Amino acid sequence: MDKVLMKGNEAIAEAAIRAGCRHFFGYPITPQTEISAYMARRMPKIGGTFLQAESEVAAINMVYGAAGAGVRAMTSSSSPGISLKSEGISYIAGADLPCVIVNIVRAGPGLGGIQPAQSDYFQAVKGGGHGDYRMIVVAPSSIQEIVDSTFLAFDLADKYRMPVMLMGDGMLGQMMEPVAFPDTTGVKLPEKEWATTGTKKMRKPNIINSLYIQPDELEALIKNRWKKYIEIEQNEVRFEAEGTEDAEIILVAYGATARIVKAAIKKARENGIKAGLIRPITLWPFPSDVISAAAKKVKAILCVEMSMGQMVEDVRLSAAGACPVHFYGRTGGVVPIPADVYDEIRRYV
Amino acid sequence: MAIVFQKPKALSDVPLHYCPGCTHGIVHRLVAEVIDELGIEGSTIGVAPVGCAVFAYNYFNCDMQEAAHGRAPAVATGIKRANPENIVFTYQGDGDLAAIGTAETVHAAARGENITIIFINNAIYGMTGGQMAPTTLVGQVTQTSPYGRKVEAQGYPIRMSEMLSTLEGPSYIKRCSVDSIKNINDTKRAIKKAFQNQIDKKGFSLVEVLSTCPTNWGLSPVEALDWLRENMIPHYPLGTYKDIDAEQKA
Amino acid sequence: MPSKRLNYIAIRFMPHTAAERRIAMTYEILFAGFGGQGILFSGKVAAYAGLMGDMEVSWLPSYGPEMRGGTANCHVIISDSPVGSPIVNNPTDLVAMNLPSFTKFEKTVLTGGNIIADSSLISIKPDRDDINFYPIPATQMASDMEIPKLANMIIFGKLIAVSKFATMETVRKAVEKSVPPSKKELIEVNMKAIEAGYNYIG
Ligand SMILES: Cc1ncc(C[n+]2csc(CCOP(=O)(O)OP(=O)(O)O)c2C)c(N)n1
Ligand code: SF4
Repeated sequence: MDKVLMKGNEAIAEAAIRAGCRHFFGYPITPQTEISAYMARRMPKIGGTFLQAESEVAAINMVYGAAGAGVRAMTSSSSPGISLKSEGISYIAGADLPCVIVNIVRAGPGLGGIQPAQSDYFQAVKGGGHGDYRMIVVAPSSIQEIVDSTFLAFDLADKYRMPVMLMGDGMLGQMMEPVAFPDTTGVKLPEKEWATTGTKKMRKPNIINSLYIQPDELEALIKNRWKKYIEIEQNEVRFEAEGTEDAEIILVAYGATARIVKAAIKKARENGIKAGLIRPITLWPFPSDVISAAAKKVKAILCVEMSMGQMVEDVRLSAAGACPVHFYGRTGGVVPIPADVYDEIRRYV
Repeated sequence: MAIVFQKPKALSDVPLHYCPGCTHGIVHRLVAEVIDELGIEGSTIGVAPVGCAVFAYNYFNCDMQEAAHGRAPAVATGIKRANPENIVFTYQGDGDLAAIGTAETVHAAARGENITIIFINNAIYGMTGGQMAPTTLVGQVTQTSPYGRKVEAQGYPIRMSEMLSTLEGPSYIKRCSVDSIKNINDTKRAIKKAFQNQIDKKGFSLVEVLSTCPTNWGLSPVEALDWLRENMIPHYPLGTYKDIDAEQKA
Repeated sequence: MPSKRLNYIAIRFMPHTAAERRIAMTYEILFAGFGGQGILFSGKVAAYAGLMGDMEVSWLPSYGPEMRGGTANCHVIISDSPVGSPIVNNPTDLVAMNLPSFTKFEKTVLTGGNIIADSSLISIKPDRDDINFYPIPATQMASDMEIPKLANMIIFGKLIAVSKFATMETVRKAVEKSVPPSKKELIEVNMKAIEAGYNYIG
């Protein structure tokens, strides 16, 4: 297929439609509003639903309802809106519903700013909502990868019956790059016999619910869900590794930051420093094994984020003291530049 | 030389960031004049919304708090309950007040919370670049109603003043407009009464101001005023929807 | 359809002068001006011109409410190798369409790089002589040609003439791709504007 230039936000919307999503519930917020605008234009033309909810709280609960009714449903927002969705995400996890939530992260806390950031890592991978639950988090770093990750997100959500977050940042949402979309004609979506589509008097009622008053019943249910989470940790880790074989220092970065880090690594290599990159594509499940193996072979690990240091905690847990784990971060919407990352690399080799 | 134009003391020297021809600026000025005239600058606390007026905390020369999107009436409630002798107002757009913050608005009104709300209805989300608002008119094209607002899909616009006036709590609810000198003067009187009510401990007052957003309506400032007159006023009739003073007299 | 295909980007660190980058075939272009001048559109045509010429491209706009009547800018990278950071800190080519952008970004241009400035709106010259300066009265030309909204495309034509990252044939294809299908009639006027800038000698 012909490549077209597309903004990250629009690419997400188009990919979602091609992945079979016909129900989108949104609420405007910079820097992701183009997703809603695209859906508003396209959905009516293809018999789908675009609805601008009265708030993010309403939007995520519309997703809850639609997902429970068996359709591929999606919502998108940016940081402050995701905070509002956190309650709904917890209920969705508790009711084993598949859906996709997009977070085009901006700087926080509070109203913060609208420029790119990665300071919602904790919120995404460590909960955000209440209770014992997990959410798959996919963090692409190019517009083509955004497209591929959107398909992946819907597939994983259905496969494991759970919420999946697609996490980008203002830079990825706003920038354009060439993309090609896979041909999806004839692809069948999975059957969902658990959905509330009406019994038609042919089966027992289906119930979508997260309330379990009896502690042992709830514990058994959560333990069962945990088996699924362990399976995901074994099978669904995705990452990119580059130049790790001979590396003396390994950088860990995800999303847009990884692109900047790659430029710094290139310069380090030109100057005789053997630097490599591990780029988590799934933030949960986290690529702990590769990082832990790498930590045993290198002088140091340098984690670079657009935050004050969030993913670095998981990198440290994975490295388990095998080598020092350093951190370089910019925050508040400031994007690190390759030259500064290069200077950091030089400090540790 | 006589001074013919003077900035109200309650407005700071920071230049307003609003687009050319945007009526947010006029309403800021009216609020500031009222604060001056009532001499309450030192005891007034304003609450800024999330919307184009988010930077209001830089413009009013009084203590200000910035609230999360839609939560200004709740924040104002906290401020008022902490220091009931202070004068507390919020300044909110239609997305802030009538979409995400409807619950806070309705419940502050129902409680008869002794605060003043200035509600800017411009039938669109300005700050985020022109999406549909709860007050967007049927047929109106916005970024998220690209084929015009359709009743089947997006329902009807909300008339907030009418809705709130069905509650017992509020003391004063009035809808005004800033499309003409006469209406601007009316708006100022309404804002003054809404503050005076609070001073007199009469409870919740809200002034809805029909306002323009030339940028996102895609019109010149003058065309925007015409559009407001021709389209908004028929759907959102100006007038007093609740006034306990009048009720008591009657 | 679980798609595990995730693309991998290899990045070259950018060379230090504009000349070195051109040998490496990397153009880092910064378009800057007021909101409403068509800055983002000219950037888009540039990016499509790169794409149509089989190059790797990225396009990154400034965004947010500051764009309202304020400044707008757009970073375009065109390269023969995959684009790493889409941010242009040191442009090989600066297209400046107002004075604030000119004074803000003039210093950031790489040695040997190009500054193309709308001399109808910018009357000053750069404060340095290690770059090539191309003033062009684009706004005046646009109003003379009765296409007042297309100063951005006139100055874009000059950019093509001096930086040569695409042929005029490719530029035409890029314009065809960039205008919405419902506005096909805009292709010819855009080309007319680009050609005027391309042929401008000043
Ligand atoms: C929780 C949350 N959701 C969304 C936003 C994005 N947002 C900023 S302003 C705004 C709406 C502004 O519209 P309105 O209240 O009508 O005020 P106007 O800008 O028109 O004056 C939105 C949705 C946000 N900041 N926080
Ligand atoms: S976007 Fe609209 S409401 Fe906001 S400042 Fe501009 S004209 Fe006013």
